[in-house]
Amino acid sequence: MALSGMRGLSVFISDIRNCPNKEQERLRVDKELGNVRTRFKNEKGLTHYEKKKYVWKMLYIYMLGYDVDFGHMEAVSLISAPKYPEKQVGYIVTACLLNENHDFLRLAINAIRNDVIGRNETFQCLALTLVGNIGGREFAESLAPDVQKLLISSSCRPLVRKKAALCLLRLYRKNPDVVIVDGWSDRMAQLLDERDLGVLTSSMSLLVALVANNHNAYWICLPKCVKILERLSRNNDVPQEYTYYGIPSPWLQVKTMRALQYFPTIEDPNTRRSLFEVLQRILMGTDVVKNVNKNNASHAVLFEALALVMHLDAEKEMMSQCVALLGKFIAVREPNIRYLGLENMTRMLMVSDVQDIIKRHQAQIITSLKDPDISIRRRALDLLYGMCDVSNAKDIVEELLQYLSTADFTMREELSLKAAILAEKFAPDLSWYVDVILQLIDKAGDFVSDDIWFRVVQIVTNNEDLQPYAAVKAREYLDKPAIHETMVKVSAYILGEYSHLLAKRPGCNPQEIFSIIHEKLPTVSNSTIAILLSTYAKILMHTQPPDPQLQNQIWAIFHKYESCIDAEIQQRAVEYFTLSRKGAASVDIMAEMPKFPERQSALLKKAEDTEADTAEQSAIKLRAQQQTSNALVVTDQHPANGYPPVSQLGLVKVPSISTVDRNSEDQGVTQANGTLSVVDPQPLEPSVDVLGDLLGPLRIDGPPGAAAQSDHNLISGPEGATYVEETLALAPVGDQTNNVQPIGSIAERFQDLCLKDSGVLYEDPYIQIGIKAEWRAHHGLLLLFLGNKNTAPLVSVQALILPPSHLKIELSLVPETIPPRAQVQCPLEIINLGPSRDVAVLDFSYKFGTDVVNVKLRLPAVLNKFLQPISVSAEEFFPQWRSLSGPPLKLQDVVRGVRPMSLAEMANLFTIFPLTVSPGLDPNANNLVVSTTFYSERTRAMLCLVRIETDPADRTQLRMTVASGDPTLTFELKEFLKEQLVSIPTISQRPATAPPQVQPTTSPTALSDPGAMLAGLLH
Amino acid sequence: MGIRFILMVNKQGQTRLAQYYEYLTIEERRALEGEIVRKCLARNEQQCSFVEHRNYKIVYRRYASLFFLVGVDNDENELAILEFIHLLVETMDRHFGNVCELDIMFHLEKAHFMLEEMVMNGCIVETSKSNILAPIQLMDKAS
Repeated sequence: MALSGMRGLSVFISDIRNCPNKEQERLRVDKELGNVRTRFKNEKGLTHYEKKKYVWKMLYIYMLGYDVDFGHMEAVSLISAPKYPEKQVGYIVTACLLNENHDFLRLAINAIRNDVIGRNETFQCLALTLVGNIGGREFAESLAPDVQKLLISSSCRPLVRKKAALCLLRLYRKNPDVVIVDGWSDRMAQLLDERDLGVLTSSMSLLVALVANNHNAYWICLPKCVKILERLSRNNDVPQEYTYYGIPSPWLQVKTMRALQYFPTIEDPNTRRSLFEVLQRILMGTDVVKNVNKNNASHAVLFEALALVMHLDAEKEMMSQCVALLGKFIAVREPNIRYLGLENMTRMLMVSDVQDIIKRHQAQIITSLKDPDISIRRRALDLLYGMCDVSNAKDIVEELLQYLSTADFTMREELSLKAAILAEKFAPDLSWYVDVILQLIDKAGDFVSDDIWFRVVQIVTNNEDLQPYAAVKAREYLDKPAIHETMVKVSAYILGEYSHLLAKRPGCNPQEIFSIIHEKLPTVSNSTIAILLSTYAKILMHTQPPDPQLQNQIWAIFHKYESCIDAEIQQRAVEYFTLSRKGAASVDIMAEMPKFPERQSALLKKAEDTEADTAEQSAIKLRAQQQTSNALVVTDQHPANGYPPVSQLGLVKVPSISTVDRNSEDQGVTQANGTLSVVDPQPLEPSVDVLGDLLGPLRIDGPPGAAAQSDHNLISGPEGATYVEETLALAPVGDQTNNVQPIGSIAERFQDLCLKDSGVLYEDPYIQIGIKAEWRAHHGLLLLFLGNKNTAPLVSVQALILPPSHLKIELSLVPETIPPRAQVQCPLEIINLGPSRDVAVLDFSYKFGTDVVNVKLRLPAVLNKFLQPISVSAEEFFPQWRSLSGPPLKLQDVVRGVRPMSLAEMANLFTIFPLTVSPGLDPNANNLVVSTTFYSERTRAMLCLVRIETDPADRTQLRMTVASGDPTLTFELKEFLKEQLVSIPTISQRPATAPPQVQPTTSPTALSDPGAMLAGLLH
Repeated sequence: MGIRFILMVNKQGQTRLAQYYEYLTIEERRALEGEIVRKCLARNEQQCSFVEHRNYKIVYRRYASLFFLVGVDNDENELAILEFIHLLVETMDRHFGNVCELDIMFHLEKAHFMLEEMVMNGCIVETSKSNILAPIQLMDKAS
């Protein structure tokens, strides 16, 4: 009977087959496994025949999907059986049950090698097959030479050599070093002269792997491959056994053409000509015939030939012939050919410039998008995605949108992502883009990832013209009865930001907008509620004059969510409630979001990440190459949570109207000569809080600047350096020769800003300069807000930075004109190179009417901005303190003239700097132990430790010890702290009362700084 | 690598033969087979013979009650694989004479031997039916 008389096995298989359900099957399998297990335990009594029978049962059980965790040893042991049937079972079952990492397999290496080098060729075949299927690195090392010998041996029969070829392929993949290129490429070329098609077929697979890895070593094989193709396609030289439905081994033909695709080009003209003759014959001579198998086989060859032609980038004529063929294929009834036509058209897009010809088939491709077969629809989608450009984007994206409503669930996410990307990349105008995305969300909200709606928000934010349109659209969608939650999010966000632009339209007053959004609240999730709260806060802020009824409604909502269990919602509710009670003061906080920095589209990135399909991936890359993305990225976006994300603003484009250059210096000089006439300052409107505007939306006219920011560091060199000193001398005194007098004390404002990160740096009747700074390690970003307080423009605006040597400062372009009542932002990037108390100066000038104003302002980019608090435990402090044993790393000074303050006040002051006070570290209660980390490019993060010893009897003096790993840092920090501890408000008078006597310990630049001078005097 | 696995499954979804050319755990195999069988068996005659699944492409063909499913890399020549399935069936036909599901079921070892002569390490090793069947015939004579 069946299975060569293994009756028990047949019975078992029948039993399994007769099992009425999975449960019964499992019971039967368990029983059998138990049976086999007991039999194996009494191994002594088992004959090879019995082993063979049981092992087959295990294989069968394994195939059914049950784990077989025993008997591996028995399977392996059969390999060494002397008789062929047992050995054969041993090999096959081992190959099925074990993998290359299995320990038992190692045990068999010797037995296997004996079979490989033995004289029994059937044994050789079994061994080579097993190694070829599951051999690992160890096999590669111990068997590769033997296998190579077999492959090229003239005494070996083809049936062994064909297996040796694929076995070597396996070993090569496990360890490429086993094939030494030098000698082997010639051998490989010889192998290709082989007459036996079995050996040739498997050798060709080996060649493909070798060439794919290093085509340069195998040029010699290229003409041989062309010869093989010639031999096959002329059909005069192939044994009958290898023709398949009249076609000479289609598999070998395909493989050979595949190998040729790994050579970048074919240089030899004769070889090239021969190959193109063959390819031409295949392209022209492949007819559709009745027999399915013949048809498939010939088309398998044809498609491979197409791929090869594309790869070789043949003459235009041949390429258009290919496209014509593919165009025919995508319209045939036979689904396989249609599928392959679409697939190869997509590939074709990648390799050659045939886009225009392919576009002619657009209608047909769109038809395929509606094919009943999902495989074909996918190909069509890919192709449409790949062929989309500005000219056809509208058609294609609209087709995709239409298809979205009927598409399978499995395709919708991919579809909507692709539609979103195309809409963004090839939008003829941005309002169309907004339409597309909103439709996308409307039709397939569940499949629209967050990235997509972030993106539309970002683009709307960055394009002012688009904002009213987007707001109108968002408003329209809210009228629909049931909208997707994502739609609620995006429309709430947009309306929160821009609904005030619609205020005059019917149905768009704040109350109406609020009501229609609030209707959705009961049905949405927490993340959406948080967005809605921000929207309400913004609506409330935009409602001018305030609407008390609306205000009460919204306050009631905030109040309700103040006790929400979701921390994010709770925080927003509490903050918005408090802020909105502050009235005008909250205006700046609730202002529109600033523009987002431009980066690569997250969507495109995502698409690249998620697509596993190589064809798809390449299509994306192709697109990316053709046109750089105009896309932006939304990451970590927190809508309206307080103030603009300063760190992102640094990349905001500022109009390029003037570049800062040395003209400002000249102007400064003219002005200093007092050649200007006096003009009455414009009366101030005291009620206007310009700082409030500072953080408001950017009102920048004109195109975004593309000019390079190159001229800022002009003042390097000796001339620049002297200039710095002059200006430094001028800067703090505030006695500029301008006729326009500053409002408030420049020095006090500066001192304030040294301890705060936002505030006003300078103000006069025409302009207010605000500052907002963010510091991270040794980097800083300082935003200058230049606000024109008047109804006439400020012109000839110039800003020049005079940086000290330890700061690297880059100022973005400052516009030449500040429009009436407008405000511009100029980001300033700062890098701290090393510790120093020198101060950067902003040389700022503008013209109003006939008034030229020039001021030199110290920038609060001072030493303590690069400090970060750090707590240090006693175990950390003392060893560190002791290891920094004395000067120059540890310095001590007695400071006199200290502003009288209690220890708590002093600790407070330190905390502001910010230093960390560690109470209790010093046993003496009158002493303070303080630690901080200083950041600069040179020192990196460096721990600084400070000890202050005070005398309760005399609060005006103290002793200070500072330690750090850098001598300059120790000195500068000590001086800095001294400056801070002596009474600061008297600075401006001090130089007069105490003329700057030269102090040996301070540097010349430090002398020009009153704080430093003072500190020097106090020694 | 070419061919990743070859499955023979009847229309009830029962596996009749499975040969993998890459290592998957038994759980992975079960899951993969389940997903593929569900996808392919639901398709009709008017649909094409290729199904994209995870990072595989499945080329499949139905013969009466039995489905032959071959998982290949994405860049494999689909039609060549499709006809390779037919070559396998013709080879079995030649040996068994009008091969049917039961032949494969009860002659599992022979089906395995044939496959082993045809595919190795995911690559086609032999396409001549007489060469493929030679070792099996030798064995039959011997027993």
